[in-house]
Amino acid sequence: MPTVRYEHVYKRFSDDAPPAVADFNLEISDKEFLVLVGPSGCGKSTALRLLAGLEELTEGDVYIGDHNVSNVQSRDRDIAMVFQSYALYPHMNVFDNMAFGLTLRKIPKDEIKVRVNEAAAILGIEGLLKRKPRALSGGQRQRVALGRAIVRKPAVFLLDEPLSNLDAKLRVQTRAEIIKLHQSLGTTFIYVTHDQTEAMTMATRIVVMDVGVIQQVGAPQELYEHPRNIFVAGFIGSPAMNFFDVVVEGDGDDLRLQAAEGFALPVPQEKLAQLAPYRARKLVMGIRPESVHDGAFQPPDIRASLVEATVDVTEMMGNEVLAYMEVGEHKFLCRCDPRTAARPGQQIRVAFDIDGVHVFDADTKTAI
Amino acid sequence: MAAQRISAQHRGRLSDTLRKTFGRIPLHFVILATCLAWSIPTIALLVSSFRDPSAIAGSGWWNALLDPTQWTLTNYDNVLNARGMTDAFINSLIITIPSTLFVILIGAFAAYAFAWMKFPFRNVIFLIVVALLVVPVQMTLIPILRLYTIVTIEGSIPIIGGNVFGVGSYSGLWIAHTAYGLPFAIFLLRNFFGGLPRELFESAHLDGASDLTVFFKIVLPLSVPAIAALAIFQFLWVWQDLLVALVLLGDPDLAPMTLQINSLVSSFGSNYQVLTAAAFLSMIVPLGIFFALQRYFVEGILAGSVKG
Amino acid sequence: MIGRAWWIPWLWLAPTLALLGVFLVYPSVDTVRRSFLDERSDNFVGLDNYQFIIDNPTPLSLDTHAALLNNLLWLTMFTAVCVGLGLLMAILTARVRYEAAAKAAIFVPMAISFVAVSVIWRFMYDIQTDVGTVNAVFAELGKDPVAWLISTEAPQKAFLDVPPNDTPSPFQVNNFALIAVGVWNWTGFTLVILSAGLKSISKDLMEAARVDGAGEWQIFRRITLPLMLPTIIVVTTTLVIQTLKTFDLVWVMTGGAFKTDVVATLFFKAAFINRDFGVGAALAVVLMAFVVPIMLISIRRFQVQEEIR
Repeated sequence: MPTVRYEHVYKRFSDDAPPAVADFNLEISDKEFLVLVGPSGCGKSTALRLLAGLEELTEGDVYIGDHNVSNVQSRDRDIAMVFQSYALYPHMNVFDNMAFGLTLRKIPKDEIKVRVNEAAAILGIEGLLKRKPRALSGGQRQRVALGRAIVRKPAVFLLDEPLSNLDAKLRVQTRAEIIKLHQSLGTTFIYVTHDQTEAMTMATRIVVMDVGVIQQVGAPQELYEHPRNIFVAGFIGSPAMNFFDVVVEGDGDDLRLQAAEGFALPVPQEKLAQLAPYRARKLVMGIRPESVHDGAFQPPDIRASLVEATVDVTEMMGNEVLAYMEVGEHKFLCRCDPRTAARPGQQIRVAFDIDGVHVFDADTKTAI
Repeated sequence: MAAQRISAQHRGRLSDTLRKTFGRIPLHFVILATCLAWSIPTIALLVSSFRDPSAIAGSGWWNALLDPTQWTLTNYDNVLNARGMTDAFINSLIITIPSTLFVILIGAFAAYAFAWMKFPFRNVIFLIVVALLVVPVQMTLIPILRLYTIVTIEGSIPIIGGNVFGVGSYSGLWIAHTAYGLPFAIFLLRNFFGGLPRELFESAHLDGASDLTVFFKIVLPLSVPAIAALAIFQFLWVWQDLLVALVLLGDPDLAPMTLQINSLVSSFGSNYQVLTAAAFLSMIVPLGIFFALQRYFVEGILAGSVKG
Repeated sequence: MIGRAWWIPWLWLAPTLALLGVFLVYPSVDTVRRSFLDERSDNFVGLDNYQFIIDNPTPLSLDTHAALLNNLLWLTMFTAVCVGLGLLMAILTARVRYEAAAKAAIFVPMAISFVAVSVIWRFMYDIQTDVGTVNAVFAELGKDPVAWLISTEAPQKAFLDVPPNDTPSPFQVNNFALIAVGVWNWTGFTLVILSAGLKSISKDLMEAARVDGAGEWQIFRRITLPLMLPTIIVVTTTLVIQTLKTFDLVWVMTGGAFKTDVVATLFFKAAFINRDFGVGAALAVVLMAFVVPIMLISIRRFQVQEEIR
């Protein structure tokens, strides 16, 4: 039985604007680490808040366990939430902050003490229990926010962009800690972020959203290798996928995806049947920068198609060189071997790994 | 060319230095002169209140500064004992303190509802409440006096005195002052409550807090500056009130200090020995509160008015 | 919050609505009603009371023209001087280290009751040069003492011996004397608020202007003043409301005598001394009419603020 279920959930904030969340259907199993990811305004926070009971559903139902909680107050939904700004009570010390929810539920004082100390130990904040939030650093406050959720022992943890307010180094560190926390607690985590890196590294399953609609649901690797539409393809993976407007040229066994004169990639054997009906139609070809190599240093075991291109700008990353290339009107990014000779203004042979090609219908934007 | 331009500016720098040394003098002069001018009336009063009645009429108060032997406490003695200022002082407290407490309590409840609860016509009603800020109290006095006359419950309340309700009662004044202070209280508190982060409330609701719990355990503790400012404003406003007491109280035994001084002024227009001491006595409490709580005063005005 | 019963907000509002309804809404409506009735509020008299105010038939007991003119004088002079002086002092005190003390000194009068203020200034204005400070100063300067609170002469006649024309005007020495007291009292308020508004202007803006070559006056006119405009409006609005309610000050110092009446004191005389509730109510309504435009401005401001939230 799924821990959380959304059924045909809609949320409209006003009648003339498009819905913030539209036809949201999702089943989340126990112990999952599910990440809702998408650009600003895509509805991911709203979807989370609908589950939390902080927003009212316009249509549809939400279930936690097998209870329909659509009209149940937040406090009775057996959930705990970590807010982006932590929302710690400024006038209470850390202990009281963490104990607040338990005190309201009339849990005996001894038990409260036990739970708070336990959670503090897990998070390494035992020494901070007497301090007030203003005497804590950002990272420490975040742990207190986590601690406040942990002591509640909820069925589901909701986290709304908890890492956004931390500096880069702390973010990476805390990411790992949250993953460990999830493993040790064994509770369902539902996590919202706009950062696809966080989604890819932390999730067991990712839900990509845009303009209130679910674009694709799947494990990180699944989304990376088989994006269902252009949006997901361009959103997941960093640096982002390269896109080209192409037309299917040729006939029979010799089909090519033609982006421009002299710039065409052959269609591999297994895809011929798929792409044949799209002859002379407009398509979008996507290929990730990691599948585009400097021809001189291409990996030995790939099926490559070579193209002449001019180097526009290069970025030295140390372990690789990001080369921004141009072929006529088309611009794309290539992740080159660090030994590459590519320099701005030069022409080099670029190898496209044909197995890394994704094709999308230009009108429906979905994958073929 | 550039060198010429810069040297021209450099020449200007010499006059700048001159201006810096001597230019500040007019500034200081103006400020200090203004402060002095502003303080003189109060000082005049204070000094005179310590002078012998004959001295006040005979020579300017500034003479007292040069001749300390003139200083005396007879005026204060007179005023406190013979003129009933002590009683009036206590009456002022009796009127002011409950009025302040009620307005905070009732106003805070309403402000919370306006700030964080959803209900139909919320904005309209709030606007009306704030619009009532501009209603002159005078305009309400005839009907209220009429109303009070009808609902007066006679009888003598122990300790504080006065009727149970209506004309000539303290309870009547408390309720009236509370009502008159509500628009400002709600305006001030609602602005402040509304500024508290939304996530704080959401977190509390998730934790299981009811509206009352949130109100008492989170909103009020975090709103101490605004509540302090409101308390100060209301206290001062009620303490200094003359008109409402004049109209609704009637009974001279219940008179607060303002009424008392007013009647002294009308009967003893130039009897400064009495007036100065009485006036200064009435000033002690407000001045004390002001100096002790200056910080909250300014913050309070800002929280209410200069927000955006 | 989901699950909150519909009647809960109303419960929280109930005491407020009850009190405001009884003490502010009902009386306002009732006063308007009474303004159309006679002295005892028994018979309907239409616009007679308002006519009375316009005609001013008994200037010796109730001088409505004087009161209206005086109110206008208060509205303009009092507000202008308080705001102007407050602005000047805000700018000046911002440049000295003892800023807080200076502001406190000017603010002190706000903490004193009007009654005490009146006593202080009756003392200051006393005609005898041995008692009244102002006249003592005049004596030192070789001028005759002036009966500040009584003199209804125009200032030019009193000080400069220039004979004025004879139209009724509020430009009387005693009015100015009273307004001066009001200014003494309220400038601290404008100072504090304008000072806060001044501080909220980012220093970067002024510095950028200086680098661009602007002089002090230009900075004031082109940057400071426009950015301070919202604050100035807030302060002015509050003062205007305050002016219209001015009662204590005038009442205690002169009792409205010697043509210093304002509408508020006149109302009191009409209603509680002459016992003419009809005229009293009409005067109160006139006061309200002055205030309605202010109300509209305030409402518009709050609507804007609410949209932001």
